[in-house]
Amino acid sequence: MKLTLKIWRQKNANTKGRFETYQAEASPDMSFLEMLDVLNEDLISQKQEPVAFEHDCREGICGTCNMVINGEPHGPMQGTTTCQLHMRHFNDGDTIVIEPFRASAFPVIKDLAIDRDSFDRIIQAGGYVSINTGQAQDGNAIPIEKETAAEAFDAASCIGCGACVAACPNASAMLFVSAKVSHLAHMPQGKVEAKRRAQAMVNQMDEEGFGRCSNITACEAECPKEISVEHIARLNREYLSSSVGSQVKA
Amino acid sequence: MPFEANVPPGPLGEKWTQYRGTMNLVAPNNKRRIEIIVVGTGLAGASAAATLGELGYKVKCFTFHDSPRRAHSIAAQGGINAAKNYQNDGDSVYRLFYDTIKGGDYRSRESNVHRLAEVSRNIIDQAVAQGVPFAREYGGLLANRSFGGVQVSRTFYARGQTGQQLLLGAYQSLSRQISKGSVEMYNRHEMLDLVIEDGKARGIIARNLLTGELERHAAHCVVLGTGGYGNVFYLSTNAMNSNGTAAWRAVRRGAYMANPCFTQIHPTCIPQSGDYQSKLTLMSESLRNDGRVWVPKNQEDAKAIREGQKTANDIPEEERDYYLERRYPAFGNLVPRDVASRAAKVACDEGLGVAPTGLAVFLDFESAIMRYGRSEANTRGIDNPSEAKIRELGKSVVEEKYGNLFEMYEKITGDNPYQTPMKIYPAVHYTMGGLWVDYNLQTNIPGLFSIGESNFSDHGANRLGASALMQGLADGYFVLPYTIGQFLSKEIRTPKIEPTSEAFDKAEQDVQHRLDQLMNIKGNQSVESFHRRLGKIMWDYCGMSRNADGLQKARKMIRELKDEFYSDVFIPGDAKDYNPELEKAHRVADFMELGELMMVDALDRNESCGGHFREEYQTEEGEALRDDENYAYVSAWAYNGWEEEPVLHKEELVFENVELKTRSYK
Amino acid sequence: MNWFTNFLTSSIGQKVVMSLTGLFLIVFLVVHLTGNLQLLAGDGGKAFNLYAEFMTTNPLIKTVSYLLYAGILLHAFQGWAIWRKNRKARGPHRYAVKVNRVAGTNGFAASNMAWLGTIIFVFILIHLYQFWLQMKMGAIDMVTYDGKEVADLHGLVAATYENLGFVIFYVVSMVVIAYHLLHGFQSAFQTLGLNHRKYTPFIKAVGKVYAIAVPLGFAIIPIIMYLSK
Repeated sequence: MKLTLKIWRQKNANTKGRFETYQAEASPDMSFLEMLDVLNEDLISQKQEPVAFEHDCREGICGTCNMVINGEPHGPMQGTTTCQLHMRHFNDGDTIVIEPFRASAFPVIKDLAIDRDSFDRIIQAGGYVSINTGQAQDGNAIPIEKETAAEAFDAASCIGCGACVAACPNASAMLFVSAKVSHLAHMPQGKVEAKRRAQAMVNQMDEEGFGRCSNITACEAECPKEISVEHIARLNREYLSSSVGSQVKA
Repeated sequence: MPFEANVPPGPLGEKWTQYRGTMNLVAPNNKRRIEIIVVGTGLAGASAAATLGELGYKVKCFTFHDSPRRAHSIAAQGGINAAKNYQNDGDSVYRLFYDTIKGGDYRSRESNVHRLAEVSRNIIDQAVAQGVPFAREYGGLLANRSFGGVQVSRTFYARGQTGQQLLLGAYQSLSRQISKGSVEMYNRHEMLDLVIEDGKARGIIARNLLTGELERHAAHCVVLGTGGYGNVFYLSTNAMNSNGTAAWRAVRRGAYMANPCFTQIHPTCIPQSGDYQSKLTLMSESLRNDGRVWVPKNQEDAKAIREGQKTANDIPEEERDYYLERRYPAFGNLVPRDVASRAAKVACDEGLGVAPTGLAVFLDFESAIMRYGRSEANTRGIDNPSEAKIRELGKSVVEEKYGNLFEMYEKITGDNPYQTPMKIYPAVHYTMGGLWVDYNLQTNIPGLFSIGESNFSDHGANRLGASALMQGLADGYFVLPYTIGQFLSKEIRTPKIEPTSEAFDKAEQDVQHRLDQLMNIKGNQSVESFHRRLGKIMWDYCGMSRNADGLQKARKMIRELKDEFYSDVFIPGDAKDYNPELEKAHRVADFMELGELMMVDALDRNESCGGHFREEYQTEEGEALRDDENYAYVSAWAYNGWEEEPVLHKEELVFENVELKTRSYK
Repeated sequence: MNWFTNFLTSSIGQKVVMSLTGLFLIVFLVVHLTGNLQLLAGDGGKAFNLYAEFMTTNPLIKTVSYLLYAGILLHAFQGWAIWRKNRKARGPHRYAVKVNRVAGTNGFAASNMAWLGTIIFVFILIHLYQFWLQMKMGAIDMVTYDGKEVADLHGLVAATYENLGFVIFYVVSMVVIAYHLLHGFQSAFQTLGLNHRKYTPFIKAVGKVYAIAVPLGFAIIPIIMYLSK
């Protein structure tokens, strides 16, 4: 199949970017990234700079790959990362527009590669259970309802790719933050410091310059792991109760 | 350089406990001064960095990823083993130890493996305490499943994303230490050399991947948790950026590489579909709990399937060969990985393969769906359920167990595995070989430690499923934080290491020279094309089966490829900039050296064991033929470049607690 | 009170203010509509005028009405502040291709709340000028019912709705309010953390009915009054 690609090229964070148009050949069994690999091989053979894009596991789990394809983070297939998107979902002759995730808290490094350190700093602010190695009791000491564990898992399946931010017209990171807050608040081990965690992570999120959630739910619609905005409600609950409650100090 | 396994005395079951109780400790006031570099943030690296930080050491942690959470441990699907015996099915520390030794085809160190089995239990407790959402039973207790090569259910799991959940647990612990300031995190930094001062590992040269600047980092010791080198085969289930460079640079500074030819070919991967393909995707081994592997009995049917004239569903039951169940009735579809992979290769070599390339076998869930469906109908009290109803019920059970794997399969292949069987074929997955380490996980270079997949220690010639996560976390959480004290307790008088010595100058110059050399070739071929060619050589001659002629030939081919690489590779861009092509080039250059050593190692080992199958050494039935008399040793290689012949050091393996038997899964 | 200001200026706190003021305005709309429907009572405006008199003189209602003005202003101001933050967070570039995929709300409304809100705010200003201010300034004719003299607000309304332009303006404004509510109603609950697998579908359904019924109720008043002039 023949494709026209309009790809955002930007030398680095300080230069202006623009769209470049390329013609590409693909087979329907290729993944989207393999299609870009072929384009890059082609560019290299013409001694041109390949398109910089980040990727790693190519199994949809590491969260490295990003890019907005035809206006949607990770492209048109729901519940699918870019690396798992296959060309059979496109048609011969299609024009595909490829852009980086756009948000102030995700500055562009080069072309489609972006910097997502802000997510790490949010986790560092409190996205953990405060125990040291060796302090654990037996794994079966606290029974956990099967459904509760499953719900916690749903939230914990977040891959930290940032598609929620990219999809959100407000560039809000609420789905990411809420997934971690909700995962840990579901588990008895994480419940203990749930309030403090919600406060700390939201504060950090605000400091990083993410936008305010207005419940547009584009994040859920575009999340490659289909994480629900129910978790955002849970975060709101934890945050509200910790703000007006007495556990977290004034 | 010391080459001594340092296994502590005492009976096997008490070695670790006794040793731990008598080990040298570092006092808290000294820990605050002592610096440790940890390279890699997978299960091993992240858990080690977090734990060392908790203990009070000053830790600097490095990853080439944009975040510690991206390490490839995240992609592990099936589960993690632990000798908890929660299922009351006869499991014990000894049985896990025995299964691992046997599964590894008696090529691993007894004492290390037993310690691994002991601490396996603590890992589960630790992960649960971190909030890892393991699968649970209705009673609220932890659920288990079976994996290949064992007859008990000891695998803990979180759907098909166990590695992700465990890594996030370790990543979160690491993040906590970063926020406390006890760990300093360096994202997007790749270790390009090891610095040795006075015979001790004292630092690294790292390239900042955003700016291209070379940086010197000094510490009292260096820990490598940099994973395996499966990408030497180009096509593997490893992540695209997984590489052997950090470990290989240590080898080039004198560390020994142990058993490099022991690579694990995983039997259940999605077959390759075209030349453009960049990586292969694993389908978790857990699928073999319920999936049945088969090929058509006769070649005509296989040919018809390959050509698209027939589908799997057109082949009647009596025309199917469930070859694993036929050949290995005791373990059936759950034979260890090396055995299952070879059997698939044999079937395809006989012309029974079912993909257009001829390289695939079926993994069929039909009987599991019907079995679960009937049981579910029974539970729900449905009398005389229709076949459609049974199928529907069974499908939902299978979906709950493997839903995400089935979805992933469908995304990649476009086939629905609930309706037609999956097509699978073996692919490179894990490397049992790695840096040689002693009982303390220290390499032959004092102060250089290696943990997780990057060392060779626990899996012998073949790793059992769900044991990689176990080993990575065992090393990082529960072994290294103790054993590192044996080295560091002697370093409490060593002042802060400054990265200004001649050794640092020299190492940085060497790296700069290598990068300049690569950039200045300015040839015509892409790095990727060389990597692909290297991978083909490795797969054809050092893959699922090897022979002396092929290995010798391949070694020559690699050398020719190397010459071509150094005269005709083209790297666009600038070295002092964000440049993924340059990163790749450096890694491929190292892979070529490593690839050669793998050939040398495979050639040296005149036996078949585990993942290493030498065609010259097999039984009449085509099973691996070990030679315990002559090859019950660990091959620890010193490698010093293309000009010198690698030098073999042998660590004889002593088996005092298990009897060496022919591995049989019949 | 440091915690209080911290909370109010945090991203979630700001949203909670939006949610609470929004819910308050939602309740107000029902009250307002019930009162206004008396315009259609066909009694020459007696019921409505008496009701208007009561609403402007009862001290309790007066207090509530000041709260209401504050609520509108706070809702508008916070909305503006959030909009500014969000613009900054989005950065200088917009996507070349726009796709509005959402999960369980009206995509158009959800991503245009600020614009819809701005239009509504302008509408409120005009609306207040046309009726409330005239009444306050005493610029309305008086009528007497049972010996009690009250302002003939009904007369002013009826006169206003003789102008087709105003009728259209009111009806269009009600459509805008409907969209704003279509997202706003359920969003207010989500912000307060009230999301539940069993009850949220109910809230969403009520929200939809509300968002259509209430503005429709308001819109038919000028239409009927115009047609029956």
